Amino acid sequence: MPPTPAAPAALAALIRPDAVHRDLYTSPDLFALERRHFFANTWQYVVHASQLPAVGDYVTVDIAGRPLVAVRDADGAVRVLMNRCAHKGARVVSAPSGNTGAFFRCPYHAWAYDLDGALRAVPRRDGYAGTRMPTCEAGRGLVPVPHVRVYREFVFVKLSDHGPDFEAYFGEALTSIDNLVDRAPAGRLEITGGALRFMHDCNWKLFVENLNDTIHPMVVHESSAGTAKRLWSERPAAPGTPVPMAVEQFVPFVSGYEFFEATGLRVLPNGHSWSGAKGSIHSAYTAIPEYEAALVAAVGAERAHAILGTVRHNTVCYPSLTLKGAIQTIRVVRPIAVDRTLIESWTLRLVGAPDALLERSVTYNRLINAPFSVVGHDDLHVYRAIQQGLHADGNDWVSLHRDWTADETDPVDRTVGGLSELSMRNQYRAWLHFMTLSMAGGAP
Amino acid sequence: MPHVIAPAQLVDFVVHEAHLLDTAQYAAWNALFADDGLYWIPATPGQTDPALHNSHLLEDAFLRRLRVDRLASPRAFSQQPPSRCLHVLQTPVVVACDAAGGHYATRTPFHYSEARGDAMLTLVGTARHTFRVDPDGALRIVLKRVDLLAPDAALPAVELFP
Repeated sequence: MPPTPAAPAALAALIRPDAVHRDLYTSPDLFALERRHFFANTWQYVVHASQLPAVGDYVTVDIAGRPLVAVRDADGAVRVLMNRCAHKGARVVSAPSGNTGAFFRCPYHAWAYDLDGALRAVPRRDGYAGTRMPTCEAGRGLVPVPHVRVYREFVFVKLSDHGPDFEAYFGEALTSIDNLVDRAPAGRLEITGGALRFMHDCNWKLFVENLNDTIHPMVVHESSAGTAKRLWSERPAAPGTPVPMAVEQFVPFVSGYEFFEATGLRVLPNGHSWSGAKGSIHSAYTAIPEYEAALVAAVGAERAHAILGTVRHNTVCYPSLTLKGAIQTIRVVRPIAVDRTLIESWTLRLVGAPDALLERSVTYNRLINAPFSVVGHDDLHVYRAIQQGLHADGNDWVSLHRDWTADETDPVDRTVGGLSELSMRNQYRAWLHFMTLSMAGGAP
Repeated sequence: MPHVIAPAQLVDFVVHEAHLLDTAQYAAWNALFADDGLYWIPATPGQTDPALHNSHLLEDAFLRRLRVDRLASPRAFSQQPPSRCLHVLQTPVVVACDAAGGHYATRTPFHYSEARGDAMLTLVGTARHTFRVDPDGALRIVLKRVDLLAPDAALPAVELFP
């Protein structure tokens, strides 16, 4: 069924300067429009190129409902193609990842494609002599995604021709990717250790908003991080006993309002932002001297100090990639339905760093991002509570008023107190812009 | 002289462990582990590395205690209403029962259900227990490894203990 006819004015009425309408989280019609417009007009994270080390290596992923395949071509480039046979439409590969060899071959009628998608061979080709097949869509092979950008091995796509190019779209948000990569003594990352795949029964925006919401942790995580803090303080430990990694990672979540206000929030055009502009819950982790020595040896003391001194909390590369440079994890947002969102959490090895770094990332990912995580349970509970509570009568609006100022859109990029809800207001201004960009009468 | 453990005791232990979980006796369940015992749920089939590969859960005594205490916290909002679980076990297979070598192990295929309010999830898998006899003569869990049939599938929140 086609989505509801697009109406930019009706969509604009859902976004107040300081609040958003509940339909953004609950309306299946709006979700269908998001798939057609918003997710197509914004840059989406697909895969990390380290997942495609050899020619023919591929990863399949659905972006906004479109089945895609990313593959390493013979020339070393990463291609991203629609995973749809040009003949009858079958997905050409169906495993989450694998190696397809020198070409793709459809499992139905053996149409074969080069790794750039070009149609290479069709059985009994003489049957198409004199037909339109070679000159129409079927003859063109697998459809390439129109815009692909590999930024320091992070592969992004844009499905439509609307919207800004990659650098203009992400702007300063790319410095968070830079900081993550620059932390590697060898200057590159490898995704390793598999993924944690956590299905959230809520709208994708609730997850994304929460990453820069620092006025919730001390409330939401009292039962998990607060219990960790209490148990550790009650433990009869000799002075000087090293704090376990788990305690070090849990306890900062229940820091006070003053702590989080002071950590600051950086907000950028197009919906991007990061919390922890001036330090974060990751700032006080025990140093790993062997690693710091390796980084100093690679880039010099001054540069190493600058890299390690940037300890951001969550960066939102709006809307699909969220990352933590200081802990080397990314969380990827895959909206499935209006009330269903897959969150995939990955760990990255800093190439050239000792294993202790990866062990810290893996520990954090398990404690915070797993479907079994107590912190994850705390968060998902409130997302669900909103998803259900928004169906109440009498108030159609989600309040985002905290620290609102009349001049906050001019300029968009600014650093504010960590507790501000500016990051969310900024996300919805961007949402409206990119949602209506490809609609008649929409954003210019 | 080493304590002699009969194979049937290992089977009874695994069944008893599931009963403690199914009846929400979480502190008693946690006491079944050796001081350095671990509870591990890998995230990938056949996973061998607990440290440098992601897992769903890898918990020592402190983290299990945290999980158990959290369930009782009035601020554990995700437990309002509380979850309940049920393990349906296949008869545990005794993989090792070697008093001389101090090596005891079982393998137990299971169905696990976890219910909260109107929602219920089901997981299936195989639990692999490794035990030892502590100096006080008690059999304790050194490692409970739970291999889910599909640990790499997208999972909902699992709040109790498969």
